[in-house]
Amino acid sequence: MSVQTTLDVNAIREQFPLLDQSINGHRLAYLDSTATAQKPLAVLDAMDRYYRTINANVHRGVYQISEAATEAYEGTRRTIGRFIGAKSTKEIIFTRNATEAINLVAQSWGRANLQAGDRILLTVSEHHSNLVPWQLLAAQIGVELDFIELDAQGRLDLGNLDQLLTKRTKLVAMTHMSNVLGTINPVEQVIAAAKQVGALVLLDGAQSVPHLPINVQALGCDFLAFSGHKMCGPTGIGVLWARRELLEAMPPFMGGGDMIKRVGLRESSWNDLPWKFEAGTPAIAEAIGLGAAIDFLNELGMQAIHERERQLTHYAWDKLSAIDGLTIFGPPAAERGGLLSFTLAGVHAHDVAAILDTQGIAVRAGHHCTHPLHDIFGVPATVRASFYLYTLEEEIDRLAEALVLARDTFQL
Amino acid sequence: MDDLYRENILDHYRHPRNYGEIEQATIVQHEHNPLCGDQLSIYLLVENERIVDVKFKGKGCAISQASASMLSEELAGKSVDEAKAFDKQTILDLLGIPIGPVRLKCALLSLKTLKAGLYGVNLVDDDEDSL
Ligand SMILES: Cc1ncc(COP(=O)(O)O)c(C=O)c1O
Repeated sequence: MSVQTTLDVNAIREQFPLLDQSINGHRLAYLDSTATAQKPLAVLDAMDRYYRTINANVHRGVYQISEAATEAYEGTRRTIGRFIGAKSTKEIIFTRNATEAINLVAQSWGRANLQAGDRILLTVSEHHSNLVPWQLLAAQIGVELDFIELDAQGRLDLGNLDQLLTKRTKLVAMTHMSNVLGTINPVEQVIAAAKQVGALVLLDGAQSVPHLPINVQALGCDFLAFSGHKMCGPTGIGVLWARRELLEAMPPFMGGGDMIKRVGLRESSWNDLPWKFEAGTPAIAEAIGLGAAIDFLNELGMQAIHERERQLTHYAWDKLSAIDGLTIFGPPAAERGGLLSFTLAGVHAHDVAAILDTQGIAVRAGHHCTHPLHDIFGVPATVRASFYLYTLEEEIDRLAEALVLARDTFQL
Repeated sequence: MDDLYRENILDHYRHPRNYGEIEQATIVQHEHNPLCGDQLSIYLLVENERIVDVKFKGKGCAISQASASMLSEELAGKSVDEAKAFDKQTILDLLGIPIGPVRLKCALLSLKTLKAGLYGVNLVDDDEDSL
């Protein structure tokens, strides 16, 4: 059974060699792209080509391959900048991942700009990576944390947003798309309200940037953090985008080579943006791989990818909600990106995932780095199936069949 | 399907042996596995260095709960020293199924709880760290 789509999914799948394998005698159905996406040949080739032909340290050598490496590395910044609507390559800071980008903001911007008693507004559905850095900052300088709660459908409850945004609220840090509920949050509304009280907004784009067309100018946010590995790029490379004025005023996050202009024995001066925030030899091959991933996504079109995931999500919603004993968490399919988290009555999430694995189906089981959210649901763990541009309806059919098998195996 | 959910594992999961609490317990120990949220409480009644009664309560995956149920049967009547000698292999033999590195934490939660109760500290390394 197949649904109309503008993407040629079978042709896309040929670009992902990993998908072509069997697990436990079944064709691998990879339904865990929210954790990390698979990589197309274009990315593997770009990284391989880098190592085979121009591997050299960047920003240093005056010889040809070092210049080529520098050009390729810096060229990726332009690709990323255009992809998210940045104004300049100076606004694109390479980090290891979204987590490091958020920690950078907390430790650099947070320590320089916040004082005891200032408030940071988060949501209860944040990934630990957009929660713990703020807890650390709170312990260090005495800022207070507030939380937007959820309504019964798992949407953000914005009813009391005006009360939550106090005069002391200096930052709102929230996920653009939940990695558990799949909710695409109404960030525009929160950003508009935050501006009213003069608070800055950091968006955790770890799930939105890989799946939605994003333009930071249109969104009006101040910081955006995301990871390369969730958008078909390699691990070890992520991005912090921030408005240039903010970055100019922020102190360095880490010290070392490359981030300095002049170094004395007792003091140093900092390099220009973006290098001020990139201490040490960067992840050159990974940055180049990320550039190739973005080219790949652009060629297909982010809008087309988003629409394809919507179809898959509706399809999966219908299939899964028909299964007795299965509970899906979060809002209806129309309000979410390509993932569903659920429980199966009487079968622990890890047991479900283990049984799915026997059928060659890879899903995530656990709390997905959102302990507080699972506490709110009152469940220790959920199963999460997530979809991307290479997902087939047939894989969702197999998921549904295997879930029935899991339920019947346990027959409580 | 495969070995992981053999009938005896499912049977212990569905009908856990020695499930409950002991009000006069000599040793009560709670532990959990943060990875998947498995929880376990073990209650031991010890008289003259011998375990005369065992109960457990818990929530979690079939592997963690079946492991606790099987361990509880094994413990009844053992001396404290014998119980202290239980190790990872004891649990793996009881379960009798291949356990991968991730599920090992589930499988060994029962042992970890037991040891923490007997010694007062966590002594079980449930990570696969052998070289
Ligand atoms: C919403 C969200 N934020 C942040 C992260 C952290 O990403 P990373 O581990 O790549 O830093 C994730 C990854 O699972 C995520 O889903």
